[in-house]
Amino acid sequence: MLHFTPPCPFGSPDAAGAPQNHSMGPFLLKRLLTLVATLAGASVVVFVVLEILPGNAAQMLMGPDASPEAVAALATKLGLDQPALQRYGHWVGGLLTGQLGDSYAYGTPVRDLVLERLSLTVPLALLAMAITTVLALLAGVYAASRHNRWGDVGVMGLAQIGIAIPNFWFAILLILLFSVKLQWFSAGGFPGWTEESGGSPLEALKALLLPAISLAVVQAAILARITRSSVLEVLREDFVRTARAKGLSRRAALWGHVLRNAMIPVVTVMGLQFANLLAGTIVVENVFYLPGLGRLIFQSIANRDLIVVRNCVMLLAAMVIVVNFVVDILYAAIDPRVKASDL
Amino acid sequence: MTPSAPPSPATATATAATGAPTATAPSGLARALRHRSFAIGAVLSLLLVLAALVSFVWTPGSPYDMDMEAKLLPPSAAHWLGTDAFGRDVASLLLVGARNSILVGVIAVGIGLTIGTALGLLAAARRGWVEELIMRMADFTFAFPAILSAIMLTAVFGAGVVNSIIAIGIFNIPTFARVTRASANAVWSREFILAARACGKGPWRITTEHVLPNIAAVLIVQATIQFALAILAEAALSYLGLGTQPPQPSWGRMLSEAQTLMFQAPLLAVWPGVAIALAVLGLNLLGDGLRDLLDPRLARQR
Repeated sequence: MLHFTPPCPFGSPDAAGAPQNHSMGPFLLKRLLTLVATLAGASVVVFVVLEILPGNAAQMLMGPDASPEAVAALATKLGLDQPALQRYGHWVGGLLTGQLGDSYAYGTPVRDLVLERLSLTVPLALLAMAITTVLALLAGVYAASRHNRWGDVGVMGLAQIGIAIPNFWFAILLILLFSVKLQWFSAGGFPGWTEESGGSPLEALKALLLPAISLAVVQAAILARITRSSVLEVLREDFVRTARAKGLSRRAALWGHVLRNAMIPVVTVMGLQFANLLAGTIVVENVFYLPGLGRLIFQSIANRDLIVVRNCVMLLAAMVIVVNFVVDILYAAIDPRVKASDL
Repeated sequence: MTPSAPPSPATATATAATGAPTATAPSGLARALRHRSFAIGAVLSLLLVLAALVSFVWTPGSPYDMDMEAKLLPPSAAHWLGTDAFGRDVASLLLVGARNSILVGVIAVGIGLTIGTALGLLAAARRGWVEELIMRMADFTFAFPAILSAIMLTAVFGAGVVNSIIAIGIFNIPTFARVTRASANAVWSREFILAARACGKGPWRITTEHVLPNIAAVLIVQATIQFALAILAEAALSYLGLGTQPPQPSWGRMLSEAQTLMFQAPLLAVWPGVAIALAVLGLNLLGDGLRDLLDPRLARQR
């Protein structure tokens, strides 16, 4: 989608000239080990908080009025009478093989439940990311090209306001305007992607549009500011002056040279924002009553369906961790100085 | 700083802020008031604090007493912003809600600031494996956004304002740890630290007497920005019903109550959001302004 020109081609001597090991191997290995350790650590935290701290999950599930015999029977059925370490091993084994157990509340396998919900949450986050990127690049490059003039001040003022607006409030405002007032969109719900679920891809996209916009606005405001400052920074570089000196117009220099180099920090931030967007879906799905992963977690808390909460929280945390990992690798691949300094 | 660090505005300035002697111009106040972001941010932030303080001694109506006769009234002289579904005065709810947002923000940022700064200072003073361990733990904590920690805490201990404060506070710790370490490392590498060591000062004295005062500006800026983020997070958690519980007024919960009445009383879904946005905008502008004012070198670069 985006093309970069690394400041110095991968594998060639670094600009600083210091002797460095340029092979990606040790860096990748270290990052991979960190990834595995982080995922393992996250699973321990999730397990301790959601399995050990609550004490008796069976009691919690059946409520305070349940008879001790019934609680004990359920505890045995759920395997809660086994030692914690064994339960942890069982859970992690299940995570790796996709055997997550059954939901208490729905009675269906957690894996099916999660996969079904992901078919909404992942497209929602991707759509939001696409809107974020388009809005932010347009606004950021425009502001930079109008540096310190009214266009710049105006766009950056808007960005400042965009950052301050809570995404769920923006969602409510969108509903007020487009659903209550203009009645162009329904105020919530999701028809599904297929005919058999009563919807169609187009209708499903339409249902995801307002939620995606409300998720995107804040992120776009942040990204626009970063795009602007990155473009301004590159505009000061010598090679831009050279490009101008050889007769390129300001506009041609901007699109041909500046933008590609200014993208490096922008792409890094985009990766981190994707993690934010995933967390943001929890709130926005609840505003629009969308049956995604976030709403599943939320409903499962109300249902005291801890097995679903545990797996969904782990999944979201894992997605955040993996996205960060990918960003790290991409960043190092684009800018060789990073891995040298980080080894 | 690892490349995975989220772009916090203060970290970028961390080295710059400590890299040169901070020269506060004699006409500090005049300069501050001429700074557009700072002036607007300071006014909005002051309004937020004033609203919270005023709510202790006076509110136009009662934020707790329900009056079903007077429910969903439009704005009037008696009820400036109208009344909600239970006949409570919306303006009063907003004023008391400001108190709630500040309370959550101050404690949550306080948790992050004290623990995070202590860890960051330790990492910078000790280096080696201590630094590595602390920074890896900071990276790790970022895997759990505040909302995810809050959900876990709520699933176990039930919803409540204390749990939301703890969750937001925990999420603040790694941010402060990173910012502190980055700026403290820059201070440690400077010559006056070498002089202090030559005088026989130990790491503890150098940290408290030289490092901390030199990074205070960076921490103040970061705290302002984290305060804004905490207000946003609290609002989101309360909106989901995981934060402040009724009858305690909170801007986030006012929005979730208003959402069910969007057809009858759309304005109810507007006021609390305006309050949140103005508070966050004010604090962000204040943080930006402070950064420019406390770090003249960076301001000139822009």
